[in-house]
Amino acid sequence: MRTKQMLPALSTLLVCSSMMFAGTVSGKITYTGTPAKQKAIDMSKEPSCAKQHATPVLNETVVTGPNNALDNVVVYVSSGAPDDGQVPSQSITYTQKGCQYIPHVLAMHVDQEFEILNDDQTSHNIHPLPKVNIEWNKSQPPGTPPIKEKYDKAEFIPVKCNIHPWMHGWFVVLKTNHFDVSKDGGDFKLPDLPPGKYTITAWHEDYGTQTADVTITGSETKDVNFTFKAKAY
Amino acid sequence: MKSLKPMRFFSAIPFTVILGLVFSTGFAVPAVAQQDVPDIGPRLPVVVKPMESHIGNISGHAAEGKSDYRRYCAGCHGDYGDANGENAVWLDPKPRDFTIATFKCRSTLTGTLPTDEDLSNTIARGLTNSNMPIWNTFTKQQRANLVAYIKIFSPRWQTEKAGTPITIPPEPAVTIESISHGKALFTKLECWKCHGPHGEGDGPSAATLTDSKDNPIRPYNFALGKNDSRFKCGSTNRDIYTIFMTGLDGTPMPSFADVIQPNDAWDLVHFLRTLQVNRKGKENEVLSAAHGAIPPYVDKTPAPAPADTKPPGGGQ
Repeated sequence: MRTKQMLPALSTLLVCSSMMFAGTVSGKITYTGTPAKQKAIDMSKEPSCAKQHATPVLNETVVTGPNNALDNVVVYVSSGAPDDGQVPSQSITYTQKGCQYIPHVLAMHVDQEFEILNDDQTSHNIHPLPKVNIEWNKSQPPGTPPIKEKYDKAEFIPVKCNIHPWMHGWFVVLKTNHFDVSKDGGDFKLPDLPPGKYTITAWHEDYGTQTADVTITGSETKDVNFTFKAKAY
Repeated sequence: MKSLKPMRFFSAIPFTVILGLVFSTGFAVPAVAQQDVPDIGPRLPVVVKPMESHIGNISGHAAEGKSDYRRYCAGCHGDYGDANGENAVWLDPKPRDFTIATFKCRSTLTGTLPTDEDLSNTIARGLTNSNMPIWNTFTKQQRANLVAYIKIFSPRWQTEKAGTPITIPPEPAVTIESISHGKALFTKLECWKCHGPHGEGDGPSAATLTDSKDNPIRPYNFALGKNDSRFKCGSTNRDIYTIFMTGLDGTPMPSFADVIQPNDAWDLVHFLRTLQVNRKGKENEVLSAAHGAIPPYVDKTPAPAPADTKPPGGGQ
């Protein structure tokens, strides 16, 4: 019993010392093959959105960059880092603008509050389709306050707007604080990893998941790259 | 049980402590695999509450609903409540899947469980435009038992309570102004994108709609019905008000509870009734008195000056 009482003090002491060795996993997400051509979205049925885009917006199921970079891939520590239960305090937003979701993929911690905003001059309905979390469906006309929500279970949740059927996005609810979404050329970075053995998972909405094992021994930066095979259809 | 105890204590030691110990002793050994080992062995028994329902002064018990369920409901809803009954493949819309515990007809807010009374009313009322008949042959007690019985299929009923029913203020008088405001809301809230400009269920997005299980679903055609027209969750003005405010969970119909005021919802109800062109009612009488034309809505309440100006059109 006495050891048990000493544990908190001991752990605080050691957390501090272990923080000194915080490694980073970073890398790039790429694809091989030829991705299916993303269709241009016809927004003519919603002129207030259509006029916000000089050129037609492409479907965002697969977003690529130069040098075969793949964006919108969620990279997270799926095993090895115990979830400390600390919900990140920064507020995150999911914005409906030009009849698109920004960002297309919103990653968050379980129980982390996020805000849904409507920057458009049209009404949207936000309809996430969870299977393990609870389903709801809310209307958000222009000029109404943000909708504040959170999810209490880890899940990959597709989001849609039934009024504007081309609108698709994702809420990715994770049981870890170590996550990133690849963007601007497929880059991602997972900092502040104490020494240990980790499994890093990369998830793409169309290309599936990949994992890689990595060991952090000190404060080094480990390069981990993921290459997805593009689906041609 | 006894032999488990030391194991538990060990796994309770925080990861950081183990890690720290490793470091303080100077060995740069990679992290301990301890925490990667899941809790092995049979799951601890879950205490299952016997399901009940309480409607007025009637209490229903799951055990007593079983025989009626298996005789009258399982054919479509399935023995396990998973909507996989032998008739299910032939049905459109599909039977409700009780394992998800998402229900269309609720007096409670979107994302919450319905009250026992909501479920009992749904059984009694049936669901129009579906194969769910009006079960007015059941006694109230039988319905209460069935409500209790379907709760055994989803764990949500073990841990969650039903939502609080919304409060519905008394209905204001039907006026042409009310209908006119309802029309403005029907436009602004994009109701017509699915239900169509004339409420005929043929809006531009209507053909794309699917329910939460990806099955195609049709928006309601208001124009078809006559005096006896029924909506999914009732036929009175109060029922339509409730549909606006709670949404029909599991379908594309969202909740408007956070974005419109009670009076707005009533105005929407009044306008919606005028889309039921073959129906005799107050709303259509008021509309004929105005020679069938709905005047444009004039906002008489002084609007607070919006802080943000509208963004200019064009690409940004």
